[in-house]
Order: sequence, then C-alpha cells, then structure tokens
Amino acid sequence: MGGNCPPKVQEMTPLLEVTNLHVSYSARTAEVCHALAGVNFDLAPGEILGVLGESGSGKSTLAAALLRLLPSNGKFQKGSVFFEGENLLEASAHDLRKIRGGRIGLISQEPSSSLHPTLQVGQQVSDVLAAHETLDRRALCEKTSQILASVFPADAERISRSYPHELSGGQRQRVLIAQAIACSPPLVVADEPTASLDPTTQQEILQLFRTLQQKLGLAMILITHNPALLAGLADRILVLYAGRIAEIGPAAQVLYSPQHPYTAALLRCLPSHFAEAQSARKAKLHVIQGEPPDLSSRENGCQFEPRCTERMEVCKSVEPSAAAVNALHEVSCFKFAADSCPGTMER
Amino acid sequence: MRYFLRRTLHAVFLLFGVSLLTFLFSALTPGNYFDEMRLNPQISPETVSALRIQYQLDRPLPVRYAHWLNAVAHGELGFSFAYNSPVAPLLWVRARNTLALTVTAMLLAWLIALPLGVWSAARFGRAPDRVLSFTTATLLVVPDLVLALGLLILAVRTGWFPTGGLVSVNFDELSAPQKLRDLGFHLALPVIALVVATLPMLVRHVRASVAEALDAPFLRAALGHGIPRSKLLYGYALRAAANPLISLFGFSAGTLLSGSLLVEVVMSWPGLGPLLLESILARDLYVVIGGVLLSMLFLVGGNLFADILLYWADPRIRTAASAK
Amino acid sequence: MQPLLKVENLLKHYAAGRSARSKDKLAALDGVSLSIPLGETLALVGESGSGKSTLALCIACLETPTSGSISFEGIDVATLDENQLRLIRPQIQLVFQDPVSSLNPRWTALEIVSEPFFVQRRFTNPDRAVKALQLLDRVAIPRKMAGRRPDEFSGGQKQRLAIARALALEPKLIILDEALSALDCSVQAQISNLLLELQSSFGLTYLFITHDFAMAAHLADRIAVMDRGRIVESCPTENILRSPNHEATRALLAAAPRFIESTGELVHA
Repeated sequence: MGGNCPPKVQEMTPLLEVTNLHVSYSARTAEVCHALAGVNFDLAPGEILGVLGESGSGKSTLAAALLRLLPSNGKFQKGSVFFEGENLLEASAHDLRKIRGGRIGLISQEPSSSLHPTLQVGQQVSDVLAAHETLDRRALCEKTSQILASVFPADAERISRSYPHELSGGQRQRVLIAQAIACSPPLVVADEPTASLDPTTQQEILQLFRTLQQKLGLAMILITHNPALLAGLADRILVLYAGRIAEIGPAAQVLYSPQHPYTAALLRCLPSHFAEAQSARKAKLHVIQGEPPDLSSRENGCQFEPRCTERMEVCKSVEPSAAAVNALHEVSCFKFAADSCPGTMER
Repeated sequence: MRYFLRRTLHAVFLLFGVSLLTFLFSALTPGNYFDEMRLNPQISPETVSALRIQYQLDRPLPVRYAHWLNAVAHGELGFSFAYNSPVAPLLWVRARNTLALTVTAMLLAWLIALPLGVWSAARFGRAPDRVLSFTTATLLVVPDLVLALGLLILAVRTGWFPTGGLVSVNFDELSAPQKLRDLGFHLALPVIALVVATLPMLVRHVRASVAEALDAPFLRAALGHGIPRSKLLYGYALRAAANPLISLFGFSAGTLLSGSLLVEVVMSWPGLGPLLLESILARDLYVVIGGVLLSMLFLVGGNLFADILLYWADPRIRTAASAK
Repeated sequence: MQPLLKVENLLKHYAAGRSARSKDKLAALDGVSLSIPLGETLALVGESGSGKSTLALCIACLETPTSGSISFEGIDVATLDENQLRLIRPQIQLVFQDPVSSLNPRWTALEIVSEPFFVQRRFTNPDRAVKALQLLDRVAIPRKMAGRRPDEFSGGQKQRLAIARALALEPKLIILDEALSALDCSVQAQISNLLLELQSSFGLTYLFITHDFAMAAHLADRIAVMDRGRIVESCPTENILRSPNHEATRALLAAAPRFIESTGELVHA
C-alpha cells in the first residue's frame, strides 16, 4: 500500500456509494446487452458529479439504475447502490417509492415527452409534493407556487395553469426541474437536461442549476454527452465508456489534462476555440476511429482497445481496473497500471 | 364554437338525407301495407282503394314527402297503418323501453370495463392478463344470438327470471317497491345479454389504450417522482388513454337505440327493435321512417357528444381547434 | 460571377389568430436577404423561433414565400411552373436534424438512398443499385449494411444515410438544417469531416443552419445571424468572431458553451 492510494472519497459519509454495479438487458433474440459492467463511484453531499458519456456508454442506464427504473428486460446482475446508508437495490417497494422524488429527484430526458400531455403543469408539480408530504389543499397550493416561482422568475402563475404543449422547450425543462426539487431532495439526477435546447436557454438552465445547488445544497449527478456543459459547473467528472468508468477525477483535471486515451480523444474532437479558429477552420477535426462499442458482444480486454491510439498488447486480453493518477484522479488504463493500488482493484 | 355549429348543421343535413332515402326506399319497394288486405277475399277492392286514398297512398311521392315534412315541422311523425295511431307516441313508448335497457347495460358495461381493463393493462403479458385476454377473445366470438338464447334457456330451466316482457301481468296491482323489483327482474336477463355482448370489446380497448399509456415516457417520469400506484394507473395512465375511449363512449351512446335489436326480439322486450322489425315486414311506412330517423338522431348525437367530450377532456384539441 | 443562391427581401407570413381570415399575421420571415457563392459554406445561426427552418423550407421550394425572390443560378424560382421546378429541385437538397424521422423505417438503406432515382426517373434499375452502393461507399457505410433498416444503424450512420440520399441527384446546394445537433461530439467530428471532404470532391455549396456557433465557425466561410425573422448580421467568419456588431450575435457567442484548452481557463458565460 503506497502513499498514492486514494483515500475514501470524503471525510464525511458519502451520500451515494455505487459499488461494482452490473446491469444488463435481454433482447428478444436471447442476446444479452451489458449496459453497465462494473461501475464504482461515490458522491459527497452537495457535490456536483458530471457523467460524460456518448451513445452506447450506458449513461441513461446509470440514471435509470440509480432509481431502479429499468425497463422490464433490464436486470441488476451484481453490485450495490447505497444511498443514505440503505441499499436501494434491496429496498422494499414502499421505501423505494418514498425515496423516488422524496430523497432523489430525477430530471428525465426529453422534456417534450416527460410531462403528462393533458394535465396542467402546476398540477403535475403538486402531485409530486402530494406523493411525499401530507399537506392540506391550501398548503399544497402555496408550496407549489413557491416552487414554480423559484424556477420561473416571472409569470409563474400563468405557467402553472398551462399545459405542456403550450410551453416552449426551455419552459418544459424548468417544469421538470421544479418537479425534481419539489420535495427538496438531497440528490438530483439530471439526464441530458439541456439536450434539445438553444444555447441561450441551455445557459439559463445551467445557471438555474448553479443557483439551486447553492440555495438548497443539493448534490447533483449531471449526465451529458457534451463536455463543454460541465466546465464551470461540475466538481468532479466521471467519463463512461462501454458501461465502465474510463476516468474519474476533479473537473479541471479531467477536462484539461485527461489521462484516459478516450477522454483525450473525445476532447480533441471538439472544434477548436474561436480564437484559434482562423487557421484551424475547415480543417479536418480529430476523430475517434471506429464505431461506438456494441454492448451485446463484450470482447475480452479493454473495450476501447480497437479504437485506441495508445494500445498495448495487454489491452487486448485483460480489462484494466481503476488505477490512481493522483490522490483524487483515477483512470482505468494500463498506462497507469504500475501505480495501481491493490486496494482499489478489489472494489 | 364555430366548429360545433358547423357539425350541427351537417347533422341536420344528414338527417334530411336519411329521411329522404328511407322514404324513397320504403315507398319504392314493391307492395304497400294494403297489399295483404287485397289478398283477403272478404275485403272488397273498393274498400282497399278507399283506404289507400284515405292514407294518401295514391298521391305521387314528392307530394307525400312534402306532407310528411310538414307534419314533422309540427312535431308529428306520420300515421301508423298497423296500429291505427300517430307514430310519435308509439315510438316514444318503445324508445323509452329500449333506453331503459340500453342505458343500464351501457353504464354497467363501462363501469366494469374500466377497472378491469386497467387491472389487466397493469399486469400486461403476465398470467392474469393472458387469462382475461383469452376470456374476452372467446366471448367476442360467441354470437349475441347464442348468448341471448342461452340466457333464455337458463331462465326457463331455473325459473329465477321471467322469460320475457317488460313487466308481469299483475304489474298494476303491485306496490311501488314491488313494481321496481318486478321491473328489475324483467330487466335483468336482457341487460346481462347486452353487457356480456359489449363488455369484451370494451375491456380490450381499455386494456390496449392503458397499456400504451403505461409505456409512455411521462409515466416513467411520474414513477420516478414516486407518484403512488393508484394515481399512476387512474390519474395518469387512464387519463392519457382517454381519447380513444371517449370516442368509443360516444359511439356506444350513439347505438343506444339501435344496438339492442336482436336481444329485444329474442327476449320479447317491447322496445324499438321489435317494432321496427314488424313495421318493415308490414310495410308500415311512417313507423319505419320515424324509427330510423330516431336511431339516426341518436347516432349523430352520440358522435357529437363524443366530440364535445374530447374537446373538454383534451387541451391539445382545444388549442388546435382555436388555431384553425 | 453570380452567386449560386440569392435571396432578396423574403417575407413569409403565417396567419396567427382564430380564423384563417384573421388579420393577425405571424411573420416567420421578415425581409431576409442573403447570397451564397458557388462552393462556399454559409452558416445561418440563430435561436429557435428565429425563422431558420422556415427559410430552409422556402429555399428548398417546399414552402411558398409571401413575397420576395429566391434566385437559383440567376433564375427566379417563383417564375417557374411545376415542371420547370422539377428540374431545379434535384439541385437543392435537404438534410434534417432528426435522422430517425427523416428516414423511412420500413425501407432498407439501399432503398432509402435510391429513392431519389425513382422519383426523378433516372437510370435504369440495375444501374440504380450500383449507384446507390457507390453513394454508400462515399459516406463510409459498409456495403454489407445496405440491406439493413434504419433502426439497426447508429445515430451517426443514420445521418450519413441521409447525406448519401441528398447526394444521389448530384445537387449543387445542400441545406443542412441542424444536421449535426442531435449527434454525439465525436460523431459530429466525423460527419463534419465527411461534409468538408464531400464539398471539396464535388464542389458542393452548403447552407449550414445551426445554433452551435463553434461548429458554424469551424465549417463556414461566412456566418449570417438570424433574429426574429431577419438577418441582423452577415460577415466572413473571422470578422464576426473578432468583432460582433449586433447584440443578438454577441448573445449567441456568449451563450456558446466552450472551454479554452490552451490557457486552462474554465470559461462559461
């Protein structure tokens, strides 16, 4: 055990501890798709964790798995999800219902289809409150107004009486946020919260997240495929590839000195910044060769190996486990195998 | 609003057209009411022709139609040759009997179909759902006639239910609660027949619509917010599945007068069905037209009712309608 | 040299309000003028609701403008009848944002790409298949996937299919309406490279509609900024980045999420 073993995430008890989570889907053709193949991470109270993943990385499965909202063909193969000391994977149906919305808020993808089409949005926010708190009608109404006022600086009354199809994309997204924070949960999971929005609206939503996080002290798991969104917002970033964590560490380190070949390649794909644009304009962008991984056929060895520019012999046969780059930064890559700690490998 | 005015106008035109067509078809079919009489040697041909003139059957068609329209404008529906009385009161009595039967059956069917369909959709694909699907599929295949006859046999063999008619012979002598009970017993079998005939299709529709709503992203999102199960099923899923069901409800309302003909005839329920049947066979022209028109009125009214319900229930339709 | 596409003072009104005869009009396009020289890329940047998609539809002759002119190769398309228009249409093609809804889910990749041949009655049957396969090669879709249906392709591959279909009739102008917006970053890079390569091989002209300033700056020679149905600023890319004039442009630049790798600064508006 050397001195560069990462200590347990924070001194205080983590809010969420995900250990060795394996989730798979079974298709009609009896193929099994391994969406998550051993995910480990912790989350401290009040921390914002950005989960960076592209299609096929398993990020949506992660969001669903945390609340046990997998579709009927999804299965938890292994692992545990400890939230506030309780293993969510073993919680009773009653406890689970209390936790969903009450202790963990979920902001689903696609605001246009995540709201009930024929109920007023104010009603939909009230329903979340009513599901977890016993309030009389008047108190319910007042609290709903307060919550809507916190996400809609102006016009909250009129919006409350509107239907989803009468609202813009940005407004619908805010309603989803209102539903998620209605019961002031300590953790909010946001699945691609700005995917279908304009840049200006995106900025407003991200600013709203910052404000809410400061005011309510909530911890957030922000799942996205766009690295630029996490800059300035996330405390730590987790990079997901083919159902495993490629890299996890403080946001600045992961974004500006990425250690995993995938993270580095991904960040290089972004069109260069405007200041340097002149010479780089209309030049070929860096790409990651090959296609995203097919989760139904997991090969031996590292899943990124076929597309990796730094691959080694060992990468083809053995799957790398998490190795520490420094005290807070871990990478699953054989480049760092020499520094790996027996402690981390056992997880 | 303009939309509904337009629809009502269309409905009026439709009724006009139907009345004209029915008139034409009935009048153009070979023979008339008095042909039977002509075959009877005891009635002289002069009497027959005198009767024909009295009932205006010798006048040309357009004239007869115009006279009939005129009568309708005054709230009368013509004259029945067979019953020798104005058509309107005859129809109202029979229609009332039919409605007593069909309204009860429809309410009962829907009250059973909704929870059953939701229950089944919540267990989609699993054993209880499959059993229910199999049962409804089997019932769908059984012809209404077989059902009605089967129930009749039950009535005859067990004596638990009367075998026909609206009320017992001694109805007028019974006290009020007894009257109600008597009516109830007579109502029971035809209602059961109708409910069993319409229930399977309703359950299947409710199940299909609710199952589709249960798969929707907004329902999964609501589940993620910890909304309790009963609210999810009824407040969210059923509510979202309402549109096709409301249309179906309107259609059911539309067939209130016309859908029970078979059951009424088999079980001797004195409703509109048997009356229409007799009148067609006897060429009792004005009864036929009156009866058809009344049924059409309900059908058109039922559809309009469904549209109004949809407009009220679905805000998206309100927005689309006002945008036009 | 005349520009390939010239739009002058284009107006498109939709009737807002309760009836078709109402006087309230919604001006989706409120006097738009632009021109694109042959072989260049013009990026049209703006928020949703600024009218970008309406403009795309008008230029592709899928919507009739209320007034104003659209000239393609010097010919005003409004003066053409349907038969003449049929000759122009193959030269202006569209690629949409959502490959899921713009590709027929029941057709195979080969059928999707050869559909334009059928519509425009070009080539004989055996030739159509050959040409379609060549198109698939051009967009780097393996031939063995030609018989698969869209749901078996990834998002990036679906968009390649859409591009292959757009290339079938050898167009001069391709309008890309948010074509990259729904894709992952690494896939955007791949498709962006493909578009640049196709542009240099075939001499294509692009109208690239997007709200992503970074990608617009990367791909375009000129950038036009649209706000509420009008083009508020239109200049060569470097100029607009260095000194944006209009406040709408500045707002869009400020909102574009990015971070500067070289200085290690976290930049977020």
